[in-house]
Amino acid sequence: MDKILEVKGLSQVYGKGCDLCFTSTGAEFETNICPHCGSIVALHDLSFDLYKGEILGIMGESGSGKSTAVKCLYFDQMPYSGSAIFFDDTEQKQLFNLNPAQRRSLRNHRFGMVYQNPNLGLNFDISAGGNIAERLLMSQVMNYSEIRERARELLARTEVLTARMDELPKNFSGGMQQRVQIAKALATRPPLLLLDEVTTGLDLSVQAKILDLILEIQSELNTAMIVVTHDLGVIRLLAGRTLVMKYGRVIESGLTDQILEDPQHAYTQQLVASAL
Amino acid sequence: MTSKALLTVENLSKTFFLHEQNKVIPSSSHVNLSVYSGKLTALIGATGVGKSSVLKSIYRTYLPSSGRLLYETATGEILDLARALEHRILELRREEIGFVTQFLHTLPRQKTLDVVAMPLYRQGVDKQEGRARAAELLAELNIPERLWEVPPATFSGGEKQRVNLARGLIASPRLLLLDEPTASLDAKTTDRVVALIQRKKEQGVGMLAIFHHADLVTRMADDVVELNVPILEKS
Repeated sequence: MDKILEVKGLSQVYGKGCDLCFTSTGAEFETNICPHCGSIVALHDLSFDLYKGEILGIMGESGSGKSTAVKCLYFDQMPYSGSAIFFDDTEQKQLFNLNPAQRRSLRNHRFGMVYQNPNLGLNFDISAGGNIAERLLMSQVMNYSEIRERARELLARTEVLTARMDELPKNFSGGMQQRVQIAKALATRPPLLLLDEVTTGLDLSVQAKILDLILEIQSELNTAMIVVTHDLGVIRLLAGRTLVMKYGRVIESGLTDQILEDPQHAYTQQLVASAL
Repeated sequence: MTSKALLTVENLSKTFFLHEQNKVIPSSSHVNLSVYSGKLTALIGATGVGKSSVLKSIYRTYLPSSGRLLYETATGEILDLARALEHRILELRREEIGFVTQFLHTLPRQKTLDVVAMPLYRQGVDKQEGRARAAELLAELNIPERLWEVPPATFSGGEKQRVNLARGLIASPRLLLLDEPTASLDAKTTDRVVALIQRKKEQGVGMLAIFHHADLVTRMADDVVELNVPILEKS
């Protein structure tokens, strides 16, 4: 088993921050707003390892810091402190020490991101096929017919009608936009895929198809994934291991079935009891 | 018995703490047992003595409260399943340890053949071979062929149970945990399951099982371990 990602002590603060931010927020204070400077501690001391082909679940309610975590890893924002090493074949990359060009290169080639809001992951002013082409162009695939063929293949793979590949994604249903987003993320066959609440707000039947698709991708391409969700059902179906977050902290972590059947922390017990 | 145990459970106890009610619920208490390759150890005892908890603790679905669960891996390493790293447990679940529970959790759209073949897919077996082997096993367990292409969501309790059993047995794990694998089956189907389990034993699979009927314990067990009512200890 090979490690693909090693995250250590990742923290994020929104606001100016002070020396007391971390010691005066968290579960025991029941807040993530620092009483001294008013900053929001969105994430504190997140550490985990991710292996090739593994799906890690991050579970928690809104504001628990789970999206912040993946946004830092995808360079949508820079963390306040902490480190993350990406094991890219033989090379080790310290994510937060990279220069902007290196970061862009990882985003374009090696990482895939699927946002809850397709607006963030797709360019609504160009066609579905164009969205995928854009990502392929950024990773140096230049031949027009090759790009078109790859885009068609990917859309077919994610069950988007290829007859509609020249339409703008804004005319698509939510579920279909999500599938275009997944196709786009997969275009470069990234070894790491970040999924932020990808099924939230979709019909149950559409949710099931997307979850199916995610598992198929995992088994076919051995893609490592981080799945952020507040939905215990999604966690149960997808993730082998799960982190439970609250007030920006991991309050419990373990094998997913253990988290769901033998939760240790009061908050996790409450969460599991209210869901089942 | 001269052979070394595949699994040795030493003084395992499991209690649950319910934060909301500030209450300790004892489950299994001071359990000792061994499982050998090619043998079946049966766990018996009244309802509520924590038989399922023992199986779940071994599989790490439950975190054991105390005790050791010493497992000898295929490479000869002795590993305490209560403390092994999560990634290691996931690897063992994929390669060596199987669990047939009373409930079947599956993906919404997955065909029965794929549900059964899943453990093989995880080991890298291709779809065609996986499905062929799943079909063989389903036929042996008397699941009508017309159901093979259908997701098991709408199956009867007995059918689901056999699908679950087929999935547990297909990859021939080294250690198999069985929680009432025949609870809702008729006599004739039970005989088929017994024959299949017998054959897996002959192939060297070590098993720890809970059975619904005492009769099945007599038919299949090489060893019997009786659990006693858990004692609530002062902490």
